[in-house]
Amino acid sequence: MSSEDTPKDYSESPINLEYFYTAGSATTRFLNQVKEGNIVGQACPKCKAVYVPPRGSCPRCGVATDIEVPLTDKGCIESFTVVHIPIPGNPIVPPYVCAMIRLDGANISFLHLIQEVEIEEIRIGMRIQAVWKPKEEWTHSLENIKWFAPIDEPDVDVATLRFQES
Amino acid sequence: MIQAGVIGVGQTKYDAKRRDVSMAGLVREAIDNAMLAANLEWDAIDAVILGKAPDMFEGVIMPELYLADAIGAVGKPVLRVHTAGSVGGSTAVIAASHICSGQFKTVLTVTFEKQSESNATWALSPRYPYSPHINAGAGGYFAPFIREYIRRYEAPEHIGWKVAAKDRQNALKNPLAHLHIPGIDEKMVSDTPMLWEPLRYLESCPSSDGACAMVITAQDQVGSRNVAWIKGMAVRSEGTLSAGRDEVNPQAGIDCAKDIYNQAGIQNPFNEIDCAEIYVPFSWYEPMWLENLGFCDLGEGWKLTDKDATAIDGELPFNMSGGVLSSNPIGASGMIRFGEAALQVMGLAEDHQVEDAKVAMGHAYGGAAQFFAMWIVSSSLD
Repeated sequence: MSSEDTPKDYSESPINLEYFYTAGSATTRFLNQVKEGNIVGQACPKCKAVYVPPRGSCPRCGVATDIEVPLTDKGCIESFTVVHIPIPGNPIVPPYVCAMIRLDGANISFLHLIQEVEIEEIRIGMRIQAVWKPKEEWTHSLENIKWFAPIDEPDVDVATLRFQES
Repeated sequence: MIQAGVIGVGQTKYDAKRRDVSMAGLVREAIDNAMLAANLEWDAIDAVILGKAPDMFEGVIMPELYLADAIGAVGKPVLRVHTAGSVGGSTAVIAASHICSGQFKTVLTVTFEKQSESNATWALSPRYPYSPHINAGAGGYFAPFIREYIRRYEAPEHIGWKVAAKDRQNALKNPLAHLHIPGIDEKMVSDTPMLWEPLRYLESCPSSDGACAMVITAQDQVGSRNVAWIKGMAVRSEGTLSAGRDEVNPQAGIDCAKDIYNQAGIQNPFNEIDCAEIYVPFSWYEPMWLENLGFCDLGEGWKLTDKDATAIDGELPFNMSGGVLSSNPIGASGMIRFGEAALQVMGLAEDHQVEDAKVAMGHAYGGAAQFFAMWIVSSSLD
């Protein structure tokens, strides 16, 4: 039977989804600062929780996070994983360390890379600091930070990081 | 409130690629089995409730419209539910609430995923705007929570292997399960490659094609049928990026469980629930949910697992069907838990039946572990 005669019940048709993302006012304020190398979180006026990156409102209180809170680029590893498998569409070559980064003064964490350290030495509570790309490459993105790297400071007890309303 | 009960559960054979059926054929297979089990004609169905996980998983947007014929929904009210991985559970709760409302006598509910028609890990790992592209599927997302659980309670690493082996051993008793791994044991699990530390390959759920359907009816429609009475049901969610959230032990899960225990009059879930189908897509979620659902104190879950309390012949069997670790058509995975719980109290679970099961729990979670759905089913109305 020639290939033309072979019954075909399945064919691949890859799809590509492109979309426009409107940042909104809170994220725009945050990203304008990131472009200048600054990390500025936003605090809830009611419970005082500090969000970075901010989404514009506090999920606890349902109010706008309209208080700007400048932070440093230092923090600790709240938890992490070592990714060993390639992810379709993802440019990073495994193994790589994907960590929940908790910046000092922030009450939520975000995901970023950990580098400049042996994987076996990485631990929960480890102190880390951002390693920035050259200034001329800065854009409106947390990609301005290449990765986070350990700094020589004592580990943090992550149990103390849990936000509690004062 | 009007009492609702499950009178028919229908499932497909779960497999990596069900190329013998289309998406429509897949859902119809489960529906036909449910309708047969319920011994009902199509005229008896007042509404159809369909659930599935993100449409990007197959690239078919709003499939409930394309599937209207296959699910018998033409000319009838149809509702689509979507709450990520918990959707199978929340779809069951929403279907049952149609009965409790008094506006519907009998409803058909169906959930599915045909994962072979796309790549869920790809769909779950998009590049978020203005962020580094480092997210690595569901395993990459949950692994840090699991690492924190292990650190917090000093749990030994073999616990994860043990859950993974136990659920796959149970799957050998369930002919519908996707994974049938002869000779599966802890050693085999621990020998598989690391995917997302601390999770190994066999500690992770498969990608499956499959569907699960149920017929749910009001008390006055039951007749002489075998029924799983729904004694308590609830859904809860919480803010994913909310300050103070504990991802290891989410408050929404705690609250959802308390709600259904109260509805069902359960004081001590460990003693009063005979068996449970709990959403465990990665091995460590068994001890984590044992604690979150109030079956034991914090830090004690891994010890229950370690002493075989959750084995099929243990004090509180978990995932007799093989669970999500053995069959994972994501959109249906929650409803399979709810349906398998019903089968247990109806005495229809065949080779993976827990002897004398009267009260069973079905559970599902999803998203970033911020969506929860649960129910308690019982063999008796009292």
